[in-house]
Amino acid sequence: MGKALVGNHIRKLRFNRNEMTQQQLADKVGVTRQTIVALEKGNYSPSLELAFRIALAFNLPLEEVFFYGENSEEG
Amino acid sequence: MTYQEKKSIVSLISSLLIFAAYCLYRYPQYPEGALDSKEMVHYWGSFVLVLTLVSIAAHIVISIIFNIVFRMTTGEKEPAFADELDKRIDLLAFRNSFAVFVVGFLLAMGSLVIDRPLKVMFIVLIVSGFLSDVTGSLSRLYHYRRGV
Repeated sequence: MGKALVGNHIRKLRFNRNEMTQQQLADKVGVTRQTIVALEKGNYSPSLELAFRIALAFNLPLEEVFFYGENSEEG
Repeated sequence: MTYQEKKSIVSLISSLLIFAAYCLYRYPQYPEGALDSKEMVHYWGSFVLVLTLVSIAAHIVISIIFNIVFRMTTGEKEPAFADELDKRIDLLAFRNSFAVFVVGFLLAMGSLVIDRPLKVMFIVLIVSGFLSDVTGSLSRLYHYRRGV
């Protein structure tokens, strides 16, 4: 199974939000910690609904949390 | 290793052990010399029925024990719900498991078409059921480790 085409900046954003833990983010968006781990590793492309919920948890527009394609995460 | 990965491995090992133990227990009870008789059909019918019930009961008990051990060793609680990733992986595992069983079912029917004894049909059917269970556990493990 290849890496998901939808990338994200979740790890970076968590650390910028007072080092929010994966469990805290998972509780906030209503998934298990395993799903946040899979998202950060790029092993899973979330549903549109989950993507919006994650963006909302960070108070950011969708495109600042997720990107499509080869755009690697910097920082 | 995450809860789901450990659970898939435990499920895989328990499936192997339950099937092996049950086959070893039932093998000596096989009605020798009763070729395609009523007695033999009764034997295979009870073999499948009891194996199904024993597997379900054993999986429930093993799952409870696994959760207790997981809580004690990690200090974490097991996930209380299945989210979208869990549901998607369950679907993929079910698809693979179902495909294996269908192939086994067709082979079992094929064995009747080419005039193999009834015993062969039942063995193919039971083995395909077992392999489909193993395929489901392996698929879950694979997707939890490698993603979907």
